[in-house]
Amino acid sequence: MTSDKKNMSGADIFFECLKMEGVEYIFGYPGGAVLKLYEKLHDVDFLNHILVRHEQGATHMAEGYAKATGKPGVVLVTSGPGATNTVTGIADAYMDSVPIVVFTGQVPTHLIGNDAFQEADIVGITRPITKHNFLVRDVKELASTIRKAFYIASSGRPGPVLVDLPKDVINSECEFEYPNEVEMRGYKPKLYGHINQIKKAATMIQNAKRPLFYVGGGVIMSGGHRELHLLAKETGVPVTMTLQGLGAFPMTDKQSLGMLGMHGTYWANQAVNNCDLLVSLGARFDDRVTGKIESFANKAYKIHVDIDPTCIDKNVLVDLPIVGDVKHVMAELASEINQMNDLTDWWNKIEDWKNECPLTFESNDGRLRSEHIITKLSELTNGNAVVVTDVGQHQMWTAQYYKYTHPRSNLTSGGLGTMGFSVPAAIGASFGVKDRPVVSLNGDGGFQMNIQELITAAYYKLPIKFIILNNSFLGMVRQWQELFHAEKFSFTDLSHSNPDFKKVGEAFGLKSFSTDNPKDVESILKEMLEYNEGPTLAEFKVVKEDMVFPIIPSGASINEMITKRLDPKEMM
Amino acid sequence: MKHIISVLVENQFGTFNRVVTMFSGKGFNVSSLSIGETENPEVSRMTIVTSGDDKIIEQVVKQLNRLIDTIKVVDLTEAHTVQRELALVTVNYQKSTRAEIIDVCEIFRGKIVDINNKSMMIEITGPPEKIDAAVNVLEPFGIKEMARSGNVALKRGEQLSKENSE
Ligand SMILES: Cc1ncc(C[n+]2csc(CCOP(=O)(O)OP(=O)(O)O)c2C)c(N)n1
Repeated sequence: MTSDKKNMSGADIFFECLKMEGVEYIFGYPGGAVLKLYEKLHDVDFLNHILVRHEQGATHMAEGYAKATGKPGVVLVTSGPGATNTVTGIADAYMDSVPIVVFTGQVPTHLIGNDAFQEADIVGITRPITKHNFLVRDVKELASTIRKAFYIASSGRPGPVLVDLPKDVINSECEFEYPNEVEMRGYKPKLYGHINQIKKAATMIQNAKRPLFYVGGGVIMSGGHRELHLLAKETGVPVTMTLQGLGAFPMTDKQSLGMLGMHGTYWANQAVNNCDLLVSLGARFDDRVTGKIESFANKAYKIHVDIDPTCIDKNVLVDLPIVGDVKHVMAELASEINQMNDLTDWWNKIEDWKNECPLTFESNDGRLRSEHIITKLSELTNGNAVVVTDVGQHQMWTAQYYKYTHPRSNLTSGGLGTMGFSVPAAIGASFGVKDRPVVSLNGDGGFQMNIQELITAAYYKLPIKFIILNNSFLGMVRQWQELFHAEKFSFTDLSHSNPDFKKVGEAFGLKSFSTDNPKDVESILKEMLEYNEGPTLAEFKVVKEDMVFPIIPSGASINEMITKRLDPKEMM
Repeated sequence: MKHIISVLVENQFGTFNRVVTMFSGKGFNVSSLSIGETENPEVSRMTIVTSGDDKIIEQVVKQLNRLIDTIKVVDLTEAHTVQRELALVTVNYQKSTRAEIIDVCEIFRGKIVDINNKSMMIEITGPPEKIDAAVNVLEPFGIKEMARSGNVALKRGEQLSKENSE
């Protein structure tokens, strides 16, 4: 075989590599620098190119696809503005450790640095927001670079990788050979935790009187939800999850305390505050979780399991670090633990906190509320939809009220907090997931940030349920203005500047609904869930000035938690 | 506290930039940084002098390790090392001070590498402290220009036995 290798163009090599990587979808947008690739794409039949309407949309779609399936999402865009439009999505993927590979066109190598037409130094621009990036300067490096790009993106702590492809590299030819193995002496992710550390951790868990598992997105990414379940069931330890961790452990299980942190449940945060052992599993002690560092779990020994050593001791000093894949570590932990202390007292305490301050919302005044809609959605889908939220109040209400039962169900922009994430990410997820409903939950503000992608959903007939929880405000900012900025509602009121969302939906060809009546919620949601021929949209006009509670103000300790509006004002 | 960190990196396009971007992005400070090829042309060595408390230095080392192109990171601060820096110093002179400057130069085992009727250029190598000292002494004569290479450092060979040493 080796002798009759024939020369192939960079463009052919590119697609051959994607085939070898098993790529099913590319989210892309054409332009001058990638015309040769689009020329070939015309006849490529082993993958589907999805034409987006804005390159930011493409990156979020790739993220949505990756988060929902665990496989890397792939983006192809042109040079210059095409490339710079991907920056927000790349930064988002970097913060939330999402494996995506972004291919950008570039001006020919001899023009690089000349301010050529549509030139942008995208490798320089994205250096701090990619796990790694490459400029391919010779067609001979193309195949091995693509191989590395996919490997880096999806191994270890996943993340975005960008590959910049100058036009002449795509046009020139060389022999094609796809490397079987990737060898990078500087990059060898550590899978297995140190066994002595694991044994120590097991002993600590056995001896603890008030242990707590603090679970992050790492558990979902590593595919370790079964191991977590086993470990939790074997030990009886309560489980609290971060925003990205939701779904790693069923929220319907009585061992689940729900989310912790700024908008976490009262009892989860009390448990953190009072535990004597905190076991962090694939979480990174983000400031939205810890609040004031000095008082975070300050009565507890802390064990931190993470595949990324830089996460350990970064925000919070821990007593026992374990570097390794959390899935493997949890499996080993479960097999090392023999016998636990009686945790009845600990559970009684947690039960008391639950009764002291449950999650509630007003449901008897006949007015429509986001919490009600999310609760209904949770019931109708048995907590088993892929729920893609945007950023803001609705995101936090979803985290509180949607009872996730499965991993890869909660897709949300946590680290970067990118408004405009939900619409395209839901589209990406919908390409990857066919056996569960995909729901996109939005505020009226963020929905307008990538609204153009509705046509992508409509064109590909994706059965996504787009929901707008329209409170006529940039709700979360409004909430901070009310609580912390002297009620100066500066530029957050959209009451007189929102479009008619139902008409917008219809213009894009979506079956659309709108209501402000709580009685309509169930029937509209049911109709949407039953309709699978294409996307649907519902605008729910909800109470304008509701706030998300509880809230721990930024940088505060849990004792400063605010659990309800102190002085209820007249609603507009 | 001051730390000398030696980093072996792939000698590749953009690697230097990646390290520098990481330092500025994370807010770590750099007091000197030098880079050059090693015995293996595919590998470059960076010697970075940085400062911070233990927690910061731990992060510096981890973050360097995390970069895909880094092969090895060693904190040389506590190790037995040989450290060298090169400085070129152009000093003004008059008839009256010329001999004195040449004296200073000799004390620091420097070399005069260029001279005209107003100034001379002195080359000094040695550990950074020695350069600091030389610069201090030369200062009063009027330093016109100065270039320092930044510190480079290597760990001394392990002492195998008494006989082998010295
Ligand atoms: C791209 C971007 N710009 C600005 C913000 C700051 N921000 C955070 S939440 C929020 C308000 C969101 O309002 P809306 O989409 O209506 O959702 P709600 O909070 O009302 O649920 C804003 C402006 C952001 N997170 N992302």
